[in-house]
Amino acid sequence: MASYWNRNPIRVFVFLILTVFVVVRSNIPSTPGEGAEERRWEASQVGDVDPGMSVAPPHPHTNTDSFQEELVVRPLHSGDIYASFQFRTVWEADFSRGNKVSHYQLFPKSLGQVISKFSVRELHISFTQGYWRTMQWGQPFLPSPPGAELWVWFQDSVTDVDGTWKELTNVLSGIFCASLNFIDSTNTVQPSAAFKPLGVGNVTDHRFLRYATLPREIVCTENLTPWKKLLPCGSKAGLAVLLKSEKLFHSSFHSQAVHIRPICQDQRCKSTSLELRQTLNAVFDLHTSGQAKREWSLFKMFSRTLTEACPLASSSKIYIDITDNSQGEQFELSPASSLLSQAVVLGDRRTFSVYDLTDQATFGSTRSLNLLIRLKSTDGDMLRPLLHAERYVAGYGLQTGEIHTVMYNHHPYRSFPVLLLDSVPWYLRLYIHTLTVTSKGKENKPSYIHYQPSKDRLRPHLLEMLVQLPPNSATEVTVEFERALLKWTEYTPDPNHGFYVGSSVISSLVPSTVATNTSITQEQPLFSSFFPCKEELSYFVRVYTEPLLVNLPTPDFSMPYNVICLTCTVVAVGYGSLYNLLTRSFQIEEPSPGLAKRIANVIRRMRGVPPL
Amino acid sequence: MAAPLTLLLVVAVTVRALLSSSALQQLIAERVEVVSPISAWKRVIEGLALLDLGVSPYSGDVFHETPLIIYLFHFVVDYAEITFILADVIAAVALYISVKDYNKQVFRKQKFALEADRYPMDCLELIRSPKEMHYIPLKVAMFYLLNPFTVLSCVAKATCGLNNAVLALFILATIKGNMLLSAIFLCLATYQSIYPLTLCVPAMLYLMQRQYIPVNPRRFGFWWFVAQYLFMYVGSLFVLVCLSFFLLGSWDFLSSVYGFILSVPDLTPNIGLFWYFFAEMFEHFRLFFLCVFQINVFFYTIPLSIKLKDHPVFLIFMQLAVISIFKSYPTVGDLALYLAFLPMWSHLHRFLRNLFLVSCVLLACSALFPVLWHLWIYAGSANSNFYYAITLLFNVAQILLVSDYFYAFLRREHHLTYGLYLKRTDGSEATLVLK
Repeated sequence: MASYWNRNPIRVFVFLILTVFVVVRSNIPSTPGEGAEERRWEASQVGDVDPGMSVAPPHPHTNTDSFQEELVVRPLHSGDIYASFQFRTVWEADFSRGNKVSHYQLFPKSLGQVISKFSVRELHISFTQGYWRTMQWGQPFLPSPPGAELWVWFQDSVTDVDGTWKELTNVLSGIFCASLNFIDSTNTVQPSAAFKPLGVGNVTDHRFLRYATLPREIVCTENLTPWKKLLPCGSKAGLAVLLKSEKLFHSSFHSQAVHIRPICQDQRCKSTSLELRQTLNAVFDLHTSGQAKREWSLFKMFSRTLTEACPLASSSKIYIDITDNSQGEQFELSPASSLLSQAVVLGDRRTFSVYDLTDQATFGSTRSLNLLIRLKSTDGDMLRPLLHAERYVAGYGLQTGEIHTVMYNHHPYRSFPVLLLDSVPWYLRLYIHTLTVTSKGKENKPSYIHYQPSKDRLRPHLLEMLVQLPPNSATEVTVEFERALLKWTEYTPDPNHGFYVGSSVISSLVPSTVATNTSITQEQPLFSSFFPCKEELSYFVRVYTEPLLVNLPTPDFSMPYNVICLTCTVVAVGYGSLYNLLTRSFQIEEPSPGLAKRIANVIRRMRGVPPL
Repeated sequence: MAAPLTLLLVVAVTVRALLSSSALQQLIAERVEVVSPISAWKRVIEGLALLDLGVSPYSGDVFHETPLIIYLFHFVVDYAEITFILADVIAAVALYISVKDYNKQVFRKQKFALEADRYPMDCLELIRSPKEMHYIPLKVAMFYLLNPFTVLSCVAKATCGLNNAVLALFILATIKGNMLLSAIFLCLATYQSIYPLTLCVPAMLYLMQRQYIPVNPRRFGFWWFVAQYLFMYVGSLFVLVCLSFFLLGSWDFLSSVYGFILSVPDLTPNIGLFWYFFAEMFEHFRLFFLCVFQINVFFYTIPLSIKLKDHPVFLIFMQLAVISIFKSYPTVGDLALYLAFLPMWSHLHRFLRNLFLVSCVLLACSALFPVLWHLWIYAGSANSNFYYAITLLFNVAQILLVSDYFYAFLRREHHLTYGLYLKRTDGSEATLVLK
């Protein structure tokens, strides 16, 4: 019952949207004899939306943008605590027909202009500091690789995708104060299968997709500030007041992301609106916080407490994962909340205690909410993630090496396929004929391989393959590479630190025992509804492996002049000796006179006397 | 004479077969001195694997061999060892026969010159006797087959062995006087590595000499011959390039093979001069020095041809040496081909000035290459300069060797014209100097 009431305000909001939709719809002349069955069929064809629809002016009286915010806190079995913020702004503007929109309400104008100018269909960008430890912490709500990751689907009207991509990365670099301008053709790939659009749309031609990672990117407070500025309330009110950089970056994992995608406006999906999801995940370490007492509170984590929801938000909630704590044996939560909610997250039915910030009663008499979690014991079983992966470089010396990627399927009896994507820089020359895939000591032939070899200084290797992981097994993928010697100007300022190779991306539909909710319109907490799901009995998981740090042989940076001089000398020795032999002829050497005689001759010449 | 050659071949093949089947094969195949980015067998296999995946081998930057090589190995990849051993055997036999034939001609010419009383009286000790020339063909074959450089190159299955075989066949065809075959083999060699292009001058000179056509630009016969040879050469080159185009259906291979050789994008260390020079080069001078270094390889052809127009076989030797020293991706296999010619010039030994020094340096460098490589790449106790220093020394030694032979050759020719024991004006014993 509690969870039903909890959802009530959202229902109201959906109703509001529907009203708007009906109002807008009524402006369009509908075809006579349009039956109910025909409508359902049209709903699946998002591309065929009536053009009259998108030019319809926004309704003057209704707020067409909406904003939701939520925070999920999950005490982890390792004793750490996982906090995940999600902010969702929905903008009912249709960019797919190339029309310009100049009216902004909640949606950040800086991003809106970028999307409209570069004809972006979907944009996903993440900045991550630290590596998500899947085996200790379980699956994250939204995975991201260490460093920066950017992937963009462009509209199919874009003709020069590479040029647009280049400009877009430079603009985003400015917006997020990040080194995204280092994204160029040498680290951009076009995955053929691993990255499908997450929003609605039928463009799946991977010519319009660009994917790049910068594993070396360091995320810090200068990236957080512009990210916070995209929120309608900034960091003034709502959950965003908790985002204080001095605490957030004092954590073992920090990841912030921006996802923009077109979504259906309603169940019939007649028109699309643009969704901006800003997520921020952090894992706080019990030990680095330097406190003997095993307790967490909002104040300890963020050095702030909550006093109000963002006034612009239609929903503002805090979820505390209490699935393993049904009798309060693991931790104690105060103040307690009477609201409970259940959601299916990553194939697991979880129970959450919910705090609705739009309700003044949540803040109690002190007018401030400081959630306190007092840990009692950390034992108890964590649900082991069904899929996880790790990667390392084998071999010694600076000539060759071998990349090993090990993928684990922990499902006791089901096998499932995974899609592995590897993007390796050109200076590690992969030898695809050395590719081996073994599971349980036997060769496991991938059913699909897409390999694009690298071009020196131009583009990286791209390896995608579909591998079936047998139940309860480890599958090892190995491929040999050769380390290239670069030009001395191509090395980073700290060449002996090594070169980063971005994470492998493993995408899979993992079989689930709990039915996932596949309807897109039924309201769910934001964290459980990001990846679209078409099958009930499986859920989508993306796993990122560790980035690799590989050393390359280096020249001596201090002696370009010496090398130029010495090599040219050797060439000159060759040229000189051949030139000597070619142009001169043999002659008999006449004895040269002694020194005294020569001096005497010079004097005699000055005197005008014939020499001796 | 056939028996020693057969014995030599048996020994050479056994050595190669033993090494190929031993654990050393893997080690040798990875040595940067033995394989270059163009000739590495690993890259040929990679090209075949890419072809199997349905990707053009030239769409990446790993495979740089010619389309014909990849189609050759498409069929004989299971017999690769045998193919490479066969290539070495063919090269050695071709060299053996051509040297034998050449020596006959040298002897005949010398006989005519003696009969015409063209040599000065005191030059009798410079005259070559059939006895000393008897074993030269066998020695040449032995120098080629038992040279550790050739053995390593063959065991590593470096495709430069095939190029050497083609070049040896070209020399055979030229010395036998077969113009068409000479042009075809030269074109095959050029098709594989561009640089043998310069060998068409000595080939033409030799064939003209054989057909008694005077090398005189003012005569029509000279130009007619040049046109004929160039027509055959360019024609077969055209056929080969078109054939490659039809095999792959794209012109990608041109930039991937010849662009790769000429613009040197891959700086993997080797025994040559290019890799470290262009790794340390200032970017805005790169193109300039690239042109200088590449022109350097081709440049010596003209003056050398003018100086040596009566001795085209020595010119071939000089050209091969210059190519193997100054080419962009040299390997020890290239070295082995011109080293095999050394026994042919054994009569020059009395005029060599620093043979001992040069051979010591070459031996020491060959031993130091793997040592310093290990120190740099594996032990981390040395840096790239150590390996670079050895490549410099190795190349200086090669240059000294070649220029020393050139000096000795010119000096012998001088003595054959002016007499061996020259006197000064005052009657004392004279010393010869270059002026």
